Amino acid sequence: MAKLYTPAMAALDRKKIKQKGRVKKSSPGREAWKRLRRNKLAIAGMIILIVLILTAIFADVIAPYGIDQQMLRNRLQKPSFTSGHLMGTDDFGRDVFSRVVYGARISLPIGLICVFLAFALGGTLGAIAAFYGGRIDNVIMRFMDIFQSIPPMLMAIAIAASLGNGVLNLVLAISISTMPARSRIVRASILTVKRNDYIESARAIGASSRRQLLKYMLPNAIGPILTSFTFSVATAILTVSSLSYIGLGISPPTPEWGCMLSASKELIRTAPYTLLFPGLMIMITVLALNLFGDGLRDALDPRLK
Amino acid sequence: MLNYIAKRLLWMIPVVFGVICIVFILSAITPGDPVDAIVGFDAPPEVKEAMREQMGFNDPIYVQFFNYFKGIVTEGDLGTSYVSGEPVVKELMRRFPTTLTLTIASVLVAIIVAIPLGLISAVKRYSWIDNASMAVALFGVSVPQFWFGLMSLLIFSVKLGWLPASGTSNFGGWVLPVAMIGIGNAGNFARITRSSMLEVIRQDYVRTARSKGQKEIVITLKHCLRNALIPIVANIGNMIGISMGGAVVAESVFSVPGVGRFMLDAINQRDWPAVQGGIVLLALSFSVIMLVMDLLYTAIDPRLKAEFKSKLKINARKRKVQEA
Repeated sequence: MAKLYTPAMAALDRKKIKQKGRVKKSSPGREAWKRLRRNKLAIAGMIILIVLILTAIFADVIAPYGIDQQMLRNRLQKPSFTSGHLMGTDDFGRDVFSRVVYGARISLPIGLICVFLAFALGGTLGAIAAFYGGRIDNVIMRFMDIFQSIPPMLMAIAIAASLGNGVLNLVLAISISTMPARSRIVRASILTVKRNDYIESARAIGASSRRQLLKYMLPNAIGPILTSFTFSVATAILTVSSLSYIGLGISPPTPEWGCMLSASKELIRTAPYTLLFPGLMIMITVLALNLFGDGLRDALDPRLK
Repeated sequence: MLNYIAKRLLWMIPVVFGVICIVFILSAITPGDPVDAIVGFDAPPEVKEAMREQMGFNDPIYVQFFNYFKGIVTEGDLGTSYVSGEPVVKELMRRFPTTLTLTIASVLVAIIVAIPLGLISAVKRYSWIDNASMAVALFGVSVPQFWFGLMSLLIFSVKLGWLPASGTSNFGGWVLPVAMIGIGNAGNFARITRSSMLEVIRQDYVRTARSKGQKEIVITLKHCLRNALIPIVANIGNMIGISMGGAVVAESVFSVPGVGRFMLDAINQRDWPAVQGGIVLLALSFSVIMLVMDLLYTAIDPRLKAEFKSKLKINARKRKVQEA
């Protein structure tokens, strides 16, 4: 039965807190945030990520030219502040800066979606394996073992090649190929909390399996999962760009960064600057994710610090 | 121990079956008629039909799978390339040594560079050396490999002309591809080495060694590093897998005639048996490498050996008790 808690009681509580001065509630999340805030590198990573997300949202406003706007008279301009082409133009006379800005709209969401899907598929299987254990665990994990005997990049290439080009196929290729690794992470983190007393007490009061798993195990096992999520997004972005570079996945004229590099690779002798900026953007994004991930790991697992 | 080895060897059977199964399913869901890739899109229908019959595409899917599986297992036959008309195995074997060399060399280089880097970082924690090498390692794991390849190509072969831009006919040609695949691994290894060293340094046995006046160098190399290497050795198999994927991309960047490049060309030409063959070959060789790594791992980890020995002793004691 829920405890009675009326608005009047809430007001009284608020008054009490006011009298004592501001008393902040402490929770594992809040403690982790405190530790994370002290980590300058992690905060730097977070700021870069926020800037990138804002860039993606406001790409229309930031980019001076359209993604496909060809200025044939201004082909292969060198980067300069004065000409209005901050990162130069490519062989079609398209402004590289504008395309790089729009590229943020593609790489970030695709990376996120790939990892979400991989965790949704693999994580569910991993959680089930860890929760039920025994034969179910054995069957699921052996299945994953077989899956993992094809290196993930090769698996992604195979899937992308058989499904054909396109964003959706690329997402499928990456999520399926990374699924076994994600299932392992979720399984391992659930296993570490599974034997705790509070799980037993939840079972004792008759919590259903689903409730035990979602309400008691997952929140307590979320640390390593969150950390690995961040790193996985970084890897996924790298994989997306590599696949687009070798011609599987996203095809030109989409301003995906790897795809832009692929389209400009013939210009390496004549206009190498067209190769510089898209790659730099991938690196900055991945770097920011890694910095943030490192900070998150240290904050969530202070034992390692 | 023998029990484990036997189990591990037997496990190869479902792995081989699974790999072939996955690759076959992927080919089966590929849209488009494979006959188009062989005789051309606008060939007359009767020619297409004859080809379809000849290639066995009219058979039920499980018969096709059985034939493909039987071909691989009994004769090592991966089918015939649609484009060149040669057996895929022959084409692959010509290129496989290149890809394998590239993969192994990049992992070795990564280990040789990364372990000292991670070791020094952990020992001189928070010093400038630590900060610098961890910055390099972070760069290594964050830089897109193919872009690093392109940039090094730009600097070392286009601008400076020190190294060839493509091919592996001489030693110089290997440097850039190996560096490109190795950089990510090196960064990863250095980070793993550092964190596992830091974990080991705090252990009681290290403090004991220090308190009895052991030399610092012996403590670092013998007490710490040997234990800290375990997660690294456990990770080498994974790294080889990642490097194999990296090799495919590197072969494309540097026009190295290996299995990866062959596969990518085959994908563009819709030469599916060649793609299938390449993936089966790489995946199976990866499985064999993993098998060897696992066996080596059990052989070198003294803890596993000790566990095994103590089990033996317990069994022997039980037997004695029973006899008495």
